[in-house]
Amino acid sequence: MLAQLTNFEAPSVDWWILAPQMILVGGALLILLLTSLSIRKIPSWVSTLIAFAAGLATFVVAMFLWYDVQDHGARSTLAGALGLDGFSLFFTVLTALGVMLTTLIGDAYGSRERMAAPEFNALLLCAATGAIVMAAANDLIVMFIGLESLSIGLYVMAAMHLGRKVAQEAAMKYFILGAFSSAFFLYGIALVYGATGSTSLTHIQSATLTLEVRGTPPELLFVGMALIIVGVAFKVAAAPFHFWAPDVYQGAPSPVTGFMASVAKAAGFAALLRIFFVALPGEVTEWAPIFSGLAILTLIVGAVMAIMQNDVKRMLAFSSVGHAGYVLVAVTTGTAEGLASALFYLFTYTFMVIGSFAVISLIGWNDGHDIGRYEGLARRRPLVALAMTVFILGQAGVPFTSGFIAKFYVIQAAVDDELYAMAVVAMVAAVVGAFMYLRIVMTMWSRDVEAVDAPPLAVSWTTGLALFATVAVTLVYGFIPQSLIGFVRDAVPQLVAGG
Amino acid sequence: MTMLATEAASQAASFPILTALIVLPFVGAIVVAMLPGRRPELIRQIGVLFSGGVAGLAVYLATQFDSHDGGFQFEQVNSWIPDLGIAWHVGVDGISLWLVVLTGVIFPLVLAGIDPHGDPKPYTAWMLVLQAGSMGAFLALDVFMFFVFFEIVLVPMYMLISGWGYSERKYAATKFFLYTMFGSALMLVAILALVSLGSPETGLTFDLQALAEGQELATNTARWLFLAFALAFAIKVPMVPIHTWLPDAHTQAPTGGSVILAAVMLKLGTYGFLRFGLYLFPEATVYFAPLLVTLGVIGIIYGAVVATMQHDLKRLVAYSSVAHMGFIVLGTFALTTQGISGGVLQMVNHGISTGALFILVGMLYERRKTREISELSGLQQAAPIFAGVFTVAMLSSIGLPGLNGFAGEFLILLGSWETRRWWTVVAAVGVILAALYLLWAYQRVFHGEPTDADADTPEMRLAEFGLLAPFLAAMVFLGVYPAPVLERIEPSVDRLVSHVESHSDYLRPVDAPVVLPHEHSDDSHDEGGGDH
Repeated sequence: MLAQLTNFEAPSVDWWILAPQMILVGGALLILLLTSLSIRKIPSWVSTLIAFAAGLATFVVAMFLWYDVQDHGARSTLAGALGLDGFSLFFTVLTALGVMLTTLIGDAYGSRERMAAPEFNALLLCAATGAIVMAAANDLIVMFIGLESLSIGLYVMAAMHLGRKVAQEAAMKYFILGAFSSAFFLYGIALVYGATGSTSLTHIQSATLTLEVRGTPPELLFVGMALIIVGVAFKVAAAPFHFWAPDVYQGAPSPVTGFMASVAKAAGFAALLRIFFVALPGEVTEWAPIFSGLAILTLIVGAVMAIMQNDVKRMLAFSSVGHAGYVLVAVTTGTAEGLASALFYLFTYTFMVIGSFAVISLIGWNDGHDIGRYEGLARRRPLVALAMTVFILGQAGVPFTSGFIAKFYVIQAAVDDELYAMAVVAMVAAVVGAFMYLRIVMTMWSRDVEAVDAPPLAVSWTTGLALFATVAVTLVYGFIPQSLIGFVRDAVPQLVAGG
Repeated sequence: MTMLATEAASQAASFPILTALIVLPFVGAIVVAMLPGRRPELIRQIGVLFSGGVAGLAVYLATQFDSHDGGFQFEQVNSWIPDLGIAWHVGVDGISLWLVVLTGVIFPLVLAGIDPHGDPKPYTAWMLVLQAGSMGAFLALDVFMFFVFFEIVLVPMYMLISGWGYSERKYAATKFFLYTMFGSALMLVAILALVSLGSPETGLTFDLQALAEGQELATNTARWLFLAFALAFAIKVPMVPIHTWLPDAHTQAPTGGSVILAAVMLKLGTYGFLRFGLYLFPEATVYFAPLLVTLGVIGIIYGAVVATMQHDLKRLVAYSSVAHMGFIVLGTFALTTQGISGGVLQMVNHGISTGALFILVGMLYERRKTREISELSGLQQAAPIFAGVFTVAMLSSIGLPGLNGFAGEFLILLGSWETRRWWTVVAAVGVILAALYLLWAYQRVFHGEPTDADADTPEMRLAEFGLLAPFLAAMVFLGVYPAPVLERIEPSVDRLVSHVESHSDYLRPVDAPVVLPHEHSDDSHDEGGGDH
């Protein structure tokens, strides 16, 4: 299309829409600049502070933009490549919160494990930028750019623990499989382009409604859709594309795993929801069965495999697979309530999973996270054990935690759409999964061990703050979820064609 | 909704007493959790103070309760999650009133009188959470709210069993949690389907009354939904053949946990049948009543036979619970005012008798470190008062006339005789079996020649008797004069039966005798009124 233009005219740029991305990238660049230009070694807290401030600033700007969008409607920039709507801002807010929590947790972990703080924080900000771009993209190529920024940041972060061989191995595995899935995604984009003649979601949406008129075989579009699903299913760790998850979750440094399980998963779902709910709603009869199959498989694999693990990080990895299954149930509905419940689930899960990995990062054993290491945690650190109990029960879906409302909301969306069998499978999977969660809780609160010969568990104030915040969010939205429900209902994705 | 008769009652209604019943123990739990752990006495006192405050409120509620009104009283509706049609809606009627009182009173007794043998701080806090959750489940008039409380009570009970129980506690606690959670998982789907299909045109609502009065579900749908609810409640009751979690949970739980489990938590199942099964799905209830009555009667016989075979005294009491709960199910699905009223009364009675028996078995274990029937004999000689109290509790459990168990069982059999004659005959055999297994166990443990260890068994202390005295008083009072309790139960039950009649082709037998001779016949039960 550009070739047809004789005089190239750069599209107008609405800098406000780009503000969140720019703040995060700016923060990353600032950290790198300071580190490379400074003569003396900069203390690690400086980069943590910069990254945290960048996250906070992104949050503030996103909230400001949120009210702007609610009042004045969605808009787009860069010739319609990047959109600004409630949906993108929801994920911007979520990512910003994830960044803030991860910097807090990473600070103490990094200094204890001698992990390079500036690199960690800079990569974190880059990955977060990618996540936001994925959620805001109105064009498949832009979405791919976001996906790659997120992934490459995560590949390196997974390998950041130089002292641990398993981390290297995990990162390598993640990199190879991740690159493979990116290729699937890209190939899917190419086929969709072939079928619809554009990578812009706006054009794809209008094109799919007139496919028969144009006489293009729909098979091309279907194969493209399938390949995109494969690519995204890998990112969100949905079965049968989840095989990387347990190894990578186990090997990667715990703060990175928390980020991976929350923000990266949310970004994957953001891409998936935007592509299928916004660009391809006309094909819902084609893609909904695929998602229902994925959802059921993911729920079962997540629950059944989780109870067979003995390593807490692997348990939570499979539990994370299971949680992807719940979101997929919501996706399968294809309804507005399904979408809202998926967002609700992702939002609440982010806090529970980051909190869980914050606790895990405190345990800090070099020879793995066997569940036996958590025995009697309540005796050594009752408050930490209490926080972990809240996260675990929340993930199990016990009432008065946000996790219960999230499950409830998803199942309600499914039942409203008359997906009864799927709702039953999801609830049975919750019961099976509860066995694993109970095991962790029981181990922590076990009275059988009198004295634990473990190194003292130091909780820095930053990690303590992160734990407090995640527990508070999990409980508050468990008791009074109304405001969050309003938030996710307003976070509707919209397509605004670029001018 | 209800016009309250007296000035005092309307004043009471302005104070959110029902919400206070739920919130107060929860606040207590938070206070206890923040106390320093080094002062166990203070923790216990604070725990008793809060749960005792709840008991006071609950008793006050019973005195203010209008016995002429079969509807919900002290209702309170607050917005909770309006976007999903969920409200904080509480109310009490004759069916829930005495369960609320029982829940209120039994917790302070357990906290004050039973030593947890472990860290008292989390124990007390979990107990208070359990009290709050049970209260919430009994008072909720919003289906979502009920589900939330029905489910949340699992956590404190799980913690109590796994933290303060006996050797196999972890297995028992996990089994308990997963069994119950499985039932409620399917119930959640049914609740959501009910709300999705049965909400009025104006929008989604989880309000129990709106759903019960206004829904027009297809017959088949309602039956499926009823089955999902019934499964959850049947696990909780528990009914044979899904009762297997109960003996383990009861045996492994600490004494306090066993008492609460028997007295309060099992009632969530039978109460759930009444409040949600009969009320929401009248047609399906009538359709499935023969099945449930049969399972109830099987439970009576099976529980009794298995109890006879037990070597462990606590397991014996646990299986006797299966039999007793079978009676309540029989009364409930007899679908007569007498049967259901008897069932409600029997829920309270079972809490008192079985609670007392668990306390006594717990005391025995503290003395002898065994519950094996074969290792005990002749305790009557060493501890005559203990044996005497045990006798009363046991006779109350058997259903001896003059004690509370009789009033309930008699009403149940009377009520079920009208509609389910042959089942009643079989159930009556269960009464005899109950006498058999309890008296036989008593004979082996308390009669005979004491060994040296038996002869040294300490007698009941004054504090222990103080704990049991309220139970004994309640047994005698309810046995001799159950009228004040029944007259509050009956109007609500009558209303429920009328609801079932008007929403199905079921008609209650016209010649059914009345529960109580009524002076005030301003209520709408004319069928029984003609007899006197």
